[in-house]
Amino acid sequence: MLPLLTDTRIVAGRYIRQTLSSRLSLGIGMVQPLMFLVFFGPLLHDLPLGGDGDSWQTLVPGLLVQLGLFSSAFAGFGIMLEKHHGVIERMRVTPASRTALLLGRLVRDVLQLLFQSALIVLAGLALGLRAPLAGVLLGFVLVAVLAVALASLSYALAMRVSTPQEFAPVVNTVNLPAMLLSGILLPMALAPGWLDVLSHFVPFRYLVDAVREVFAGHYATGAVGLGALVTTGLALVSLALGTRVFRTAGA
Amino acid sequence: MPAAIHTAGLARTFRMKHRTVEAVRGIDLTVQEGEILGFLGPNGAGKTTTLRMLTTLLPPTAGTATVAGHDLARDPAGVRRRIGYVAQSGGVDPAVRVREELLTQGRLYRLGRDAAQERAEQLAQLLELTELMERPCRALSGGQRRRLDIAMALTHSPAVLFLDEPTTGLDPGSRAALWELVRQLREEHGVTVFLTTHYLDEADALADRLVVVDRGRVAAEGTSAQLKQHWAGSTAASLQDAFIAITGRTVPQEEPAAPLAV
Repeated sequence: MLPLLTDTRIVAGRYIRQTLSSRLSLGIGMVQPLMFLVFFGPLLHDLPLGGDGDSWQTLVPGLLVQLGLFSSAFAGFGIMLEKHHGVIERMRVTPASRTALLLGRLVRDVLQLLFQSALIVLAGLALGLRAPLAGVLLGFVLVAVLAVALASLSYALAMRVSTPQEFAPVVNTVNLPAMLLSGILLPMALAPGWLDVLSHFVPFRYLVDAVREVFAGHYATGAVGLGALVTTGLALVSLALGTRVFRTAGA
Repeated sequence: MPAAIHTAGLARTFRMKHRTVEAVRGIDLTVQEGEILGFLGPNGAGKTTTLRMLTTLLPPTAGTATVAGHDLARDPAGVRRRIGYVAQSGGVDPAVRVREELLTQGRLYRLGRDAAQERAEQLAQLLELTELMERPCRALSGGQRRRLDIAMALTHSPAVLFLDEPTTGLDPGSRAALWELVRQLREEHGVTVFLTTHYLDEADALADRLVVVDRGRVAAEGTSAQLKQHWAGSTAASLQDAFIAITGRTVPQEEPAAPLAV
């Protein structure tokens, strides 16, 4: 267990340093959510959104999940370049745990998403968001679990395909319906019956609902429990898949 | 002398959508400790697949192998602790600084922070990289990049060094320097070297012994002189004549899978 932790720390350190030295990559995933926040958020003011919270308490949680979809889901992009340059194979031939090669990257991805989430929330505050600190922090925990799930899947995909031209369309094809069907911009409570039913097949919907609840100050509710359960389940499945790919990949 | 590498019936098949490809059909070979072995073969003969199996990157579908005293199937971690591997594409990130790459590699080989620092300096000195430590890898020339790849593979003083097409894309001066380095590693550190190449002059000049693979099997093995004598009729013949006689094909030209410098 101890070597796994040490290796994870070493790998995480490498990628955190890389991310810090290219601040551009920190900003790229944030462009879309920030635009929605500034250019779309004000439209929702005073509209009946069907939830407990006000319009900012409804929108910002959705944007945090969108951030995950546009930031963590593209984590695999970097690894495709590394694969091309032989970095992955070089690391796989060292005694370092192959699982740590994944976990270390995930540590960076989680920290990156948390940092970006904090910026979104701060921008939201400036625009009028008011939410209890505990709720925001709990929301961050949920978002961190989402980052683990999405980044693991992204790495597993990136290890399997050989070109960015194969990778990007898959992610985009999944991302857009996932975003629309999970009620990121407007709660699915507003949807007609069939759309609401359909959205229940998208795991991110439960997460969006849960983050909205905690932002509104409701912690011990069924929606929060369900969101936490679904997201954790997704993260565990994704981690298992990612770990398997990292341990056995012959690509 | 004990063997550094011993394989028996090592094989690998790949299942594609509608067919099965037998990339390696059963390789039996032995490499002695301190030997420089040249592993030759035409395109698609199974060179890289064999190399990837011996370096624990690809599990064999059949056969057994012992590498540097550890069983490949039972103790791959033991194998990894004792081998160094330089892939044809190298293994450094162009955006990362030379020092960072050497340090990370030391840490991945479980050296402490200070030990990794010290080892990075030693390796930089050994491979004449000291002046380049703060440069990003993309700023290195092909020859410098190759020296860095080898420095990283030597981090843990491995007993066996695997080099996949190490001089592809290098200028003649860098090639000669790399040959000298490989000889020096064997003379001074007793390192066993397993190298694939498609330059027959390189195999002729550098390797103690050659193994020629064709269609996934060992087609011939021996010293360069033995192969020339047996397959081309005279030790004065060229290795290329022997190669053609063994494989029925001309020089094993192949394009590098990935460019060395981008």
